[in-house]
Amino acid sequence: MAISIKVNGVRHSVDVDGDTPLLWVLRDALGLTGTKFGCGIAQCGACTVFLNGKPLRSCAFPIAALGDGEVTTIEGVNGRTARAVQRAWTARDVPQCGYCQSGQVMSAIALLSEVRRPTDRDIDLAMNGNICRCAAYVRIRAAIKDAARTLEG
Amino acid sequence: MSRHRLAAAAAGAIIVLTGATVQTFSQGTPPAGGGDELRPVSSFAGIADTQSRSLALFQEAGKVLKHPRCVNCHPAGDRPAQGDRMQPHQPVVVRGKDGHGAPGLACATCHGRANFDPARVPGDPHWHLAPISMAWEGKSLGSICNQLKDPRRNGNRDVAAILKHVLTDSLVRWAWDPGPGRTPAPGSNAEFGALLQAWADTGAHCPAP
Repeated sequence: MAISIKVNGVRHSVDVDGDTPLLWVLRDALGLTGTKFGCGIAQCGACTVFLNGKPLRSCAFPIAALGDGEVTTIEGVNGRTARAVQRAWTARDVPQCGYCQSGQVMSAIALLSEVRRPTDRDIDLAMNGNICRCAAYVRIRAAIKDAARTLEG
Repeated sequence: MSRHRLAAAAAGAIIVLTGATVQTFSQGTPPAGGGDELRPVSSFAGIADTQSRSLALFQEAGKVLKHPRCVNCHPAGDRPAQGDRMQPHQPVVVRGKDGHGAPGLACATCHGRANFDPARVPGDPHWHLAPISMAWEGKSLGSICNQLKDPRRNGNRDVAAILKHVLTDSLVRWAWDPGPGRTPAPGSNAEFGALLQAWADTGAHCPAP
């Protein structure tokens, strides 16, 4: 079935089954491979995108449920908070293998969009749905705090 | 085979792994979840004493109230449970300021408007935790009964409003359509509502806490 979706500000028509997870529409139909498949059951966070500005595990979301919602992926995320997170990630050299990082970055932006000065607990509660098998958690936490300081300035 | 079917197959393997991991956090024997059925209201007609009948009706409705489908999201603390064994929710999530999760990891991050069976993720348009004032985890049926009737704790509802909530709220009704891998609440939503209506009609008496 033909489904119209808006991703990163651009409207697309895709021909997929309605129960296809958003993740596979992004990756296979639109070629936006920055969003990763990790577990397929919303347990690891690698597939995190934004739906109407809020984080969403795209592996567990059927495309038919999207309606008029607007999707933002790691390729399209922008704005002051996103730039602060990107700079902090680069400065801290956060990724090791990097596979989970697009999901980590999206969740970090989501947190900082709601909480400008996150505590360790705020970071734990927002980020513990994003698993990193390289265990870069210490650098992730530090980078989020760096980004928060940048946003305060 | 499509990519997402491959993904679902992989997910099945991870479910097994996740289950094994989560079990290490399991706390004791899972509570009895009641039977698969609810006795019809008519089967209580033989109890002549009105108060005794009211108590018996609530005891039967309690099979639903104490079921994992309900108690998992009526926790006594900040964290919900999941599954028939009522294990701590994975990943770690908390009720947050409004019962919808923490900033950056709201319930809706993973739970959509409906169950999504390929990923085994349940859903509802307003998936969230019950307020702490309505915590049922570890509570006796008498305590739950008193909570239900207390407007200061139940969202300022009288018994009629509780019945309406039970029969019309989509998240309550989800308990009878929880998707594969989760045992539905006993009976049907209509049978549960009928039991509570009959309980109300007989004075809404509560068991001893």
